[in-house]
Amino acid sequence: MASIVTNAPERRASGWTAALRLILVRIGYALLTLLLVSIVVFVISGLLPGDAAQEMLGQSATPAAVAALRHEYGLDLPAHVRYLSWIKGIFGGDAGHSIVANMPVSEIIADRLPNSLVLAGLTTAVAVPLALLIGILSAVKRGSKTDRALNVATLSMVAVPEFLVATLAVLIFAVHLRLLPSIAMVSKDATWGQFLRSYALPVMSLAMVVIAQMARMTRAAVIDQLNKPYVEMAALKGVRPRRIVLYHVLPNAVGPIANAIALSLSYLLGGAIIVETIFNYPGLASLMVNAVTSRDMALLQTCAMIFCGAYLLLVLIADVVAILANPRLRAQ
Amino acid sequence: MKEGSAFIGRQSRAASFAARLPLAGKIGLALVIFWLLIALVGPLLAPYPIGSFVTDDVFDGASAKHWLGSDYLGRDVLSRLLSGARYTVGLALGAAILAVVTGTSLALFAAVSQGWVDEVLSRFMDTLISIPSKIFSLVMVAAFGSSLPLLLLIAAFTYVPGNYRIARSLAVNLNQMDYVQVARARGERRIYVAISEILPNMIHPLLADFGLRFMFVVLLLSGLSFLGLGVQPPNADLGSLVRENISGLPEGALAILVPAVAIATITVGANLLIDSLPGRGRPLPAER
Repeated sequence: MASIVTNAPERRASGWTAALRLILVRIGYALLTLLLVSIVVFVISGLLPGDAAQEMLGQSATPAAVAALRHEYGLDLPAHVRYLSWIKGIFGGDAGHSIVANMPVSEIIADRLPNSLVLAGLTTAVAVPLALLIGILSAVKRGSKTDRALNVATLSMVAVPEFLVATLAVLIFAVHLRLLPSIAMVSKDATWGQFLRSYALPVMSLAMVVIAQMARMTRAAVIDQLNKPYVEMAALKGVRPRRIVLYHVLPNAVGPIANAIALSLSYLLGGAIIVETIFNYPGLASLMVNAVTSRDMALLQTCAMIFCGAYLLLVLIADVVAILANPRLRAQ
Repeated sequence: MKEGSAFIGRQSRAASFAARLPLAGKIGLALVIFWLLIALVGPLLAPYPIGSFVTDDVFDGASAKHWLGSDYLGRDVLSRLLSGARYTVGLALGAAILAVVTGTSLALFAAVSQGWVDEVLSRFMDTLISIPSKIFSLVMVAAFGSSLPLLLLIAAFTYVPGNYRIARSLAVNLNQMDYVQVARARGERRIYVAISEILPNMIHPLLADFGLRFMFVVLLLSGLSFLGLGVQPPNADLGSLVRENISGLPEGALAILVPAVAIATITVGANLLIDSLPGRGRPLPAER
């Protein structure tokens, strides 16, 4: 390694400012990407000639009525004007009006978003520890029977459609064993037991694929470190394997592992679409599916932007953790 | 080297390729070949016409007359599965080919053009890649609809950026190679450099990426169909079969399990095969 960080205080200080600058650049980059994504979403969803006004009034509407409604929703303005007012609305919290529900989009979202966050949070809490355990174990025991079995298992799990996991889970736990409810009802005055029971199946279905993906990436990151000369050196001077992994390898693998966690969690965004629909869960993803079916563009655009924003945020967090965890990146 | 390798023909090469795969890879290869054959000849094997109502018992179990039971309208599940597989595999193959051809062509174009062309194209693809694929395709389905050709185009477009990114990084590296520089120096045109010098040397990783795209598209399209946003009736792919029989779930009907398991065997098979291809040590990208 050419760039070994010295411990001199002035070097460290300049390292931290460099890291800060790097992080600011990443944040700017993420914001720029989000802006470009918003243009793509707006252009695609606004491409077709048929619009919401026509859709709402039906085929038999008079042209005058359609034109009037268009005017009311500002659909007759030129595209760039509509884009600017839309993007201003999105970032300002006023995401427009849902034509189908006849409600402000922000109200619908405010109703649904907490549910999705709870589901994602629970899945993360289940998936991350399990995935790290599996990933690190199979990396340490790489080449062994356990590792090979885990490899085939995770490899298969990442390729299984989530509706198969969900239907099998419902079949086993709800139909045959009658242990868990097959519909995720969230009532405000549920006890903790009811709460956990109703979330068990959706979380299980979502977590499967996430765990498999995350475990594979963690395994690769840890093996990458285990193959480095410093590990051999530590082993040669008699450090015990457990200590090598915990004190030598893991601190160096934090960046790649954070990356693995963030990327796998971003999978939650897509997986939630299927799982929320199967379990009739009132979250953001099933809301988006409804928006597609009813062609409610204002709602659809907002949901899409929230998902894209969440994805970019996850990637950004992974980047920042990688920068903070790696002294060499800091020193650049 | 075996003695027979002096007569390496296409067949024995394919056979020795299969023989060298690890067990998981062999299983994957067998599954992939099985489903390709089903997609090709499946409807000919169907014991009953696709849409005909053959029994009065809905959600029947397996029997001699109906090997995989009957569905929610009393139709033969095996027949519907055999024809549904054609939609799933056919659409996914088409979309994966289109995605890889488009992505790789653009990547080659960017790599040999360099400069602002590369910059603009790569920026654009980076933007598209930061839209989660299911979200991206949902927006497109909402805007354009979901006829069969549109579904193919939407699935292809969704996975172009991922292929572009991989193909571009391969092509940019190859572009620095001496033999490419020599070809440039002797005045070859860009298109010749791209197709005759660079492309042949990135075929193997591209094939692996093609397999990956195929798997992603199968998952994406059956997911869309499961939501009722993909293949529309009267056509039905495997995802539609799961959707239409969802009411059989409480009784654990074969009609819902069989198509779901079928999709899983296609994608798991493809994934096992790709992972055991020579030269693959990395985990798969999490684009799904």
